[in-house]
Amino acid sequence: MLELRAVSRHFGGVRAIDGLDLRVAEGEIVGLIGPNGSGKSTAVNVIAGLFPVTSGEVLFKGQNLERLPTHRRLQLGIARTFQNIRLFGQLSVWQNLWVAQNSPEDRARRGFFARWLGGQRGARGEIAQLLEFSGLAGKQDELAANLAFGEQRRLELARALATKPKLLLLDEPAAGMNSEEIGQLRERIQRLRGRGITIVLVEHVMELVMGVTDRIAVLNFGQKIAEGTPAQIQNDPLVKKAYLGGA
Amino acid sequence: MDFYYGLAQIVGVHTLLGLSAYVVLLTGQVSLAQAGFFAVGAYTAGMLTVLAGWHIAPALGASALCGAATACAVGFPALRVKGLMLVIATLAFGEGVRLVFFNFDYQIAKGGIKVGPLGGEGFRQIRFFPENGWTTFDVMLFIWLFVIAAMAALWWFDRSRYGAVLRAVGEDELAAQSVGVNLTAVKVSAMTVGGAIAGVGGGLYAHYTTHIEHSSFNVLVATFAIAYPIVGGLSNVFGTLAAVIFVQAFLVEGLRDLGDWRNLLFGALIVAAMNLRPHGFFGRRH
Repeated sequence: MLELRAVSRHFGGVRAIDGLDLRVAEGEIVGLIGPNGSGKSTAVNVIAGLFPVTSGEVLFKGQNLERLPTHRRLQLGIARTFQNIRLFGQLSVWQNLWVAQNSPEDRARRGFFARWLGGQRGARGEIAQLLEFSGLAGKQDELAANLAFGEQRRLELARALATKPKLLLLDEPAAGMNSEEIGQLRERIQRLRGRGITIVLVEHVMELVMGVTDRIAVLNFGQKIAEGTPAQIQNDPLVKKAYLGGA
Repeated sequence: MDFYYGLAQIVGVHTLLGLSAYVVLLTGQVSLAQAGFFAVGAYTAGMLTVLAGWHIAPALGASALCGAATACAVGFPALRVKGLMLVIATLAFGEGVRLVFFNFDYQIAKGGIKVGPLGGEGFRQIRFFPENGWTTFDVMLFIWLFVIAAMAALWWFDRSRYGAVLRAVGEDELAAQSVGVNLTAVKVSAMTVGGAIAGVGGGLYAHYTTHIEHSSFNVLVATFAIAYPIVGGLSNVFGTLAAVIFVQAFLVEGLRDLGDWRNLLFGALIVAAMNLRPHGFFGRRH
């Protein structure tokens, strides 16, 4: 479904990612781990279209995404969450989700005027479902900025889901979460896989990565140094040296 | 009473000017171009009623269209600059419009005299209202019809997905893009809507003052336009209305008796208002 072929992204002299090959099959959950600065977030940004590649290709369902702007990639089905949550703080929870309903399915379902100038009623059902899934039921009129940290993280995920993605790029969704919250997140991710969403999970929290992914790719200094199942990665000496701490 | 009707006319037209800046400001674009669209609307409507004998209503429709078209044209290049650079770019545009009208002559003879815009002398004798027997009260009501329509339309936008999307873009463009919002379409459309409102405001302005000239559309007007939604707050359209009343009715008229002290107090009161309510009168939503 997603393929990165020899993708490099340089920022002046800094090679944030360098010759990265990655393939993600439909329905998989692939983890992307590595020390800070290894290029994980850059990889997400390149896939999402925030920066163009310096060289190499990003293919989604066989289509080269070159030069497609972010909002058009969203319409192809690529959604992402942000490491430092980027909610619309002055909008309500409801509005945060409403604003994200830009998928082709949503566009086909309602006419132009209904979608843009219509009232809230049309979107009520779907948004209620999203709130329910993310444990935010009853919070729809709260300003996003006033939510508790855990709730904000859940809203960030819910908002990405509102776009009806086929590929979901999660950028460190578990940062700052306690064990219970991580367990809930893990469960949610598994439910998403059950709905047929392909997921790339960039994460530091090993508890989550090892527990929920099918495969893991390990980056260091912008290059992939290992790839395999969670069990294989945990025992890989190169990975241990670079990242997991000690050989 | 005529004095108060006249004041209400001024407040009405300035509210339209403020509302045109409000919708653009929601998307995070600080635009000093609104006076330029206001000018386009003023000259368009004036020329249509004076030179072509149109009724004021279709003339205002044309003002809205011309204002919108001009704003749409400005909206695209405006996308390429952000923040302070956008302020300067829109300021430059507004000044450009003013200078176009400074040099614009188009007079025709009507009933023995020449009428129409005459460059630096401006465009005099825009007399649709007096010639058709409209009283100050009638004109005031007419103006407010449009003000209420504009406020209603923007109030509706604010409650719709479009309004939420405008504000999302204003808050965080990156996040908005990432959930599929087409920034170009949103920002240019907001500019266009603002242009239409400013155009109507300009058309009404030309007719109630009966005489417009390039200096009626200068940097000061452009600054007032953006000041109203800032002082009034972006929470809703009533903030802008409140700010216009505060500035025009309270500060401009109320302080009239204070002579030279007026300017000092004017500035001081604006500063005080911004300090007490940094997010505007009807500031942030809580």
